[in-house]
Amino acid sequence: MPKSSRKGPRLVGLFLLGCLFFNYPMLAVANARATVLGVPVLYAYLFAAWALLIVLVAFIMERTE
Amino acid sequence: MLQSWVVVFGSFGYIALLFAIAWYADRRAKAGRSVISNPLIYSLSLAVYATAWTFYGSVGRAAHDGVGFLPIYIGPTLMILLWWFVLRKMIRVSKLARITSLADFVASRYGKSALLGGLVTVIAVIGILPYISLQLKAVSSSFQIIFRYPEIVMPGNTGANPILKVTAFYVACFMALFTIAFGTRHVDVGERHEGMVAAIAFESIVKLVAFLAVGLYVTFGLFDGFGDIFGRAAQREDLARLMTPLAAEGALANWAWMTVLSMLAIVFLPRQFQVAVIENVEEKHLKTAVWLFPLYMLAINLFVLPIAFGGLLAFPQGVDPDTFVLTLPMSRHMEGLTLLVFVGGISAATGMVIVETIALSTMVCNDLVMPILLRWRRLNIASRRDLTSLLLEIRRGAIVVILLLGYLYFVAAGEAYALVSIGLISFAAVAQFAPAFLGGLYWKGGTRNGALAGLSAGFAVWFYTLLLPAFAKSGWFGMTVVEEGLFGLAALRPTELFGLAGLDQITHAMIWSMIANIGAFVSVSLTGRQSATEHSQATLFVDVFTQTGERGSLWRTTTSASALQTLLGRFLGPTRAAELFLAYAGSRGLRSVEELEADAELLSFAELQLAGTIGAASAHAMVATVAQEEPLGMDEVMTIIDEASHVIAYSHQLEEKQQELEAATASLRTANESLKELDRLKDDFISTVTHELRTPLTSIRAFSEILHDNPDIDAAERHRFLGLIIKESERLTRLINQVLDLAKLESGLAEWQSSNIDLAEIVNDAVGSTSQIFKGRGVKVEAHLPATVPAVVADRDRVMQVMLNLLSNAVNFSPSGTGRVVVRVETEGTGVRIDVEDNGVGISREHRDVIFEKFRQVGDTLTQKPAGTGLGLAICRQIVTRLGGRLWVESEPGRGSVFSFTLPLAALPAAVRPRAVA
Repeated sequence: MPKSSRKGPRLVGLFLLGCLFFNYPMLAVANARATVLGVPVLYAYLFAAWALLIVLVAFIMERTE
Repeated sequence: MLQSWVVVFGSFGYIALLFAIAWYADRRAKAGRSVISNPLIYSLSLAVYATAWTFYGSVGRAAHDGVGFLPIYIGPTLMILLWWFVLRKMIRVSKLARITSLADFVASRYGKSALLGGLVTVIAVIGILPYISLQLKAVSSSFQIIFRYPEIVMPGNTGANPILKVTAFYVACFMALFTIAFGTRHVDVGERHEGMVAAIAFESIVKLVAFLAVGLYVTFGLFDGFGDIFGRAAQREDLARLMTPLAAEGALANWAWMTVLSMLAIVFLPRQFQVAVIENVEEKHLKTAVWLFPLYMLAINLFVLPIAFGGLLAFPQGVDPDTFVLTLPMSRHMEGLTLLVFVGGISAATGMVIVETIALSTMVCNDLVMPILLRWRRLNIASRRDLTSLLLEIRRGAIVVILLLGYLYFVAAGEAYALVSIGLISFAAVAQFAPAFLGGLYWKGGTRNGALAGLSAGFAVWFYTLLLPAFAKSGWFGMTVVEEGLFGLAALRPTELFGLAGLDQITHAMIWSMIANIGAFVSVSLTGRQSATEHSQATLFVDVFTQTGERGSLWRTTTSASALQTLLGRFLGPTRAAELFLAYAGSRGLRSVEELEADAELLSFAELQLAGTIGAASAHAMVATVAQEEPLGMDEVMTIIDEASHVIAYSHQLEEKQQELEAATASLRTANESLKELDRLKDDFISTVTHELRTPLTSIRAFSEILHDNPDIDAAERHRFLGLIIKESERLTRLINQVLDLAKLESGLAEWQSSNIDLAEIVNDAVGSTSQIFKGRGVKVEAHLPATVPAVVADRDRVMQVMLNLLSNAVNFSPSGTGRVVVRVETEGTGVRIDVEDNGVGISREHRDVIFEKFRQVGDTLTQKPAGTGLGLAICRQIVTRLGGRLWVESEPGRGSVFSFTLPLAALPAAVRPRAVA
C-alpha cells in the first residue's frame, strides 16, 4: 500500500518534468544550429527527452508494485 | 505487379483478415476467454489514435514546418501521466454508472440531462466530420496514386479531378458497409465490442510495421542513415530553416497550444473514450498502457522527419508531402513495400473510421434519437418489449449518415487543407468537452445549465473561427466574411477575432473558444442551482474513489422507488410509508411516487426513516438488501434482532420509570396538600384553643381582681365570686383535659384496652350516673334495651365516655320539665346501633356536620354562653371511628335530634345475657 500510493506523486512529478522538457525555455535552448551525430539538436533533443520520459514511466509503473 | 486488381484484391484480403480476427475474438469472448483482456492489446487499441493523419499527414506537416507534427503525440504522452488520476476515475465512474459513451457521461454527470446528451452528440458529430473526411481524403488519394503506378501523379484538386470525388464516395460507402458489418451485428452488453478491439489492435500492428518498414527503407535504403538525410537537407537553402523551426514567430506559442489541444483530444475524442474507457476490461491494464502507448507513438514518429526530408530531397516540387510515405517506395519501384504501405494506410484509416463511427452512432442512437422517440408518445416505443432491432437500425442509419456527411465535408472543404490541418479542426471541436467534462469530474458545483452554456458558447466560437473559414477557403461561399468580418466589422474577422492576429488559426480558435467555454461554464454554474439528481450525480462522479460499495448512490441501478416503499412499509406500515414517499416526491417537485428515481438521495432518505425505527445499522443492512439484492446473512439478522430488542426493552424501561415517577409525583402532591391542610388545621386549632382557654381565665382574673381591689366587699358577694372562680377553674381544667385527650386520640398515642364489653351494662351505667343531672333539669330519661344485646369488642371506658357525652348533650338541649330522652340499642347487620333521642331544639341541616368539628357549637356564641367546651362531639367521633363504627345525627329543628353510633360485632359472638330493664 505505501509503495502503490507513491505511484501517483511520482507520475505527477514526471508530468511536471515532461512539461519542462517540452516547453519554453528548454525548446528555445534546443532550437540551435548544431547537430548531434548529424541530427539537428532540436530533433535529437525532442526524441531523446521523449524516450527518457517513457523509460522513467515504465520504470515507475513496472517497478512500483 | 501492382495492377489495380492486385491492389483491390490486397485491400479486400486485408479486410477479410480483420473480419476473421474480430469473429475469433467475439467467439473467444462468448466462451469467456477474452483475447483482449491483457495490457498489450489494450495499449495497441489505444493506438487507434494514430490514423491516416499520422500515417500520411505527419510527414506532410513535418515537410511544412519541421516539428509541427510532434505536439500531437507529446501532448498525449504528458496527459497519459495524469491518466493514473483522470482516466482511472473516468473508468471507475463509467463502470458504476453504466456509461456507454462520451455524451452519456456528460449527460449522466449533470443530472441525466437528455438535452445535454443531445448537445454533446451534435457537437461530437459535427466536430468529427472533418476528421472523417481526412480519412476519406487520405485513402482515396492513396488509391488514386497507387492506381497510376508506376507513374507518380498527384490527384490534384477536386475541380480538376472528379475521379477523386467519385473514389472518395465509394470509399465512404464501403467504409459505411464495413463499419455496419463490424459494429452493429448485435447490441453488446455495456456497448463493448471485443471483436472490434481485437481487429483494431491488429491494425495498430500493421500500420506500425508498414510505417517502420518505409522509414527504415528511406533512411537506410535511399539514404545513408539519419546523419546523411539531415546533413543533405541542411545543405539545401530552402530546407535549412526546418533545422531550427522553433525560431519562427509564434512557433513556441503554437507548440504549447497544440500540446494542450492534443492532451485534451486523447481524452475527449469519441473513439479514444470508447477504447480507453468503455472497452477497458480491467483498470490495471492502464499500468502498462501508460508507457507502452507513448512508446508506440514514439516508434511511429521516429521516421517521420527522415521520410519528410527524404521526400523533399528526392522529389521535385509538385509532389504533395502528404503522399511521401507512399510515393517514395513507388518511385524506386519497391512494389511489395508500396503495397504494405498502402495496406498500412488503409488500416490506419479504417481503424479510426470504425471506432469513431461506432462511438458516434452509439451516441446518436442513445443520446439523440432514442430520447426523442421515447418522448414521442404516439410511437409508443416504451411499450415495446424488444428494442434491440430498432437500436441496430438506428445505429446503422447513423453510421451511413455520418460517413456521407464526412464525404460532403470532404467535397465542400477538404481539398483546401493539408491532412493535419483538417484533423486539428476536429481536435479543437472535441476540446470543447473539456471544461464540462473535467469540471464535472473534479468540481461538484458544476451545473447542467453551466455545462449547456459552456458547450454552446465554445462550440459557437469554434464554428465561427474554424469551420466557417474552412468552408470559405474551399470556395464554398465567398471569402468576404473571413476577410472583412461579420457585418463588415474588422473586429469580427473569424481568423483574427477582436484583432488578435499573428497566431496559428487553431491557436487563435482555441484561445477564444476556451475563454467563452470556461467562462460560461463557471459563471453560469456559480450563479445557478443544482437539482437533487444533479447533486447526487455530482457526488457520485466527484467522490467515486472515496465512496465505498455501500454508498446509496451505487445502488441506483438495482432497485426502484416502489421496492423501497415496500421495504419501508414492512417496517413503518404501508400507510405511513406511502405518506412519507408522497411527501418526499412532493419536496422534489414530482406529482407521484411513481416518478421517483431510486437515487442516492431516496436511498438515504429511506435509510434515515428506517433508522428511526430499527436503528442505523439495521436500516443500512435492510436498504442494502433491497438495493443490492444481497442475501441477508445470519449475522445481520442477529444484529437486527439484537438491536431491535434492545431498543424495545429500553423503551419499556423508560415507560415504567415514567409511570413510577408520575405516581410518585401524584402521591407527593397529595401528601403535600394534606400536610398544608394539617398545618392549617393545627393553626386553627391552636388559635381556637387559646381563645377558648382565655375565656375562663379572663373570668377568673376579673373576679380575683375585684376581690383583691375591694377588701371591704361583703361576705355573700365574696362567696358568690369565689364560687364563680371555682366553676371557671373547673371548666378550664375540663377543657385542658379534653384538649389533651383529643390530641392523644388524633396522634394515636391514646391507650386502648380492647375486651368484650356488655353494651346494656354500659348504657345502664351511663343513664344511672347522669340521672342526677336529668332530675335537676326535670328531664325524663328512658333506656329501651332488647332482651339480648350481642357483645362487642371495644374499650369500655371510651364507649362509656361517648355515652356520657351524648346524654349530657341531650339533657343540655332538652327543655326543662317537658324534656324526654330515650336511649335505644338495636342489633343490625354486622354491628350494634345505639340511639340517643331527645325532644330539644334540634339542629338545622347546615349544622349537622359542623357540630362534629372541634370548638364548633351551634348557636350564637356572642349572645349565648356556650354550654360545653365544643370538643365533646369531636372526641366522640374520634373514638367511634377508632372503634370501627360511625357517629351521626338525624334531626329537624324544633322536633328534637337523634344521635346514633354503631359498633361492630365481635368476631365470635360472646355470651349474651338477659338484662333487666332499668
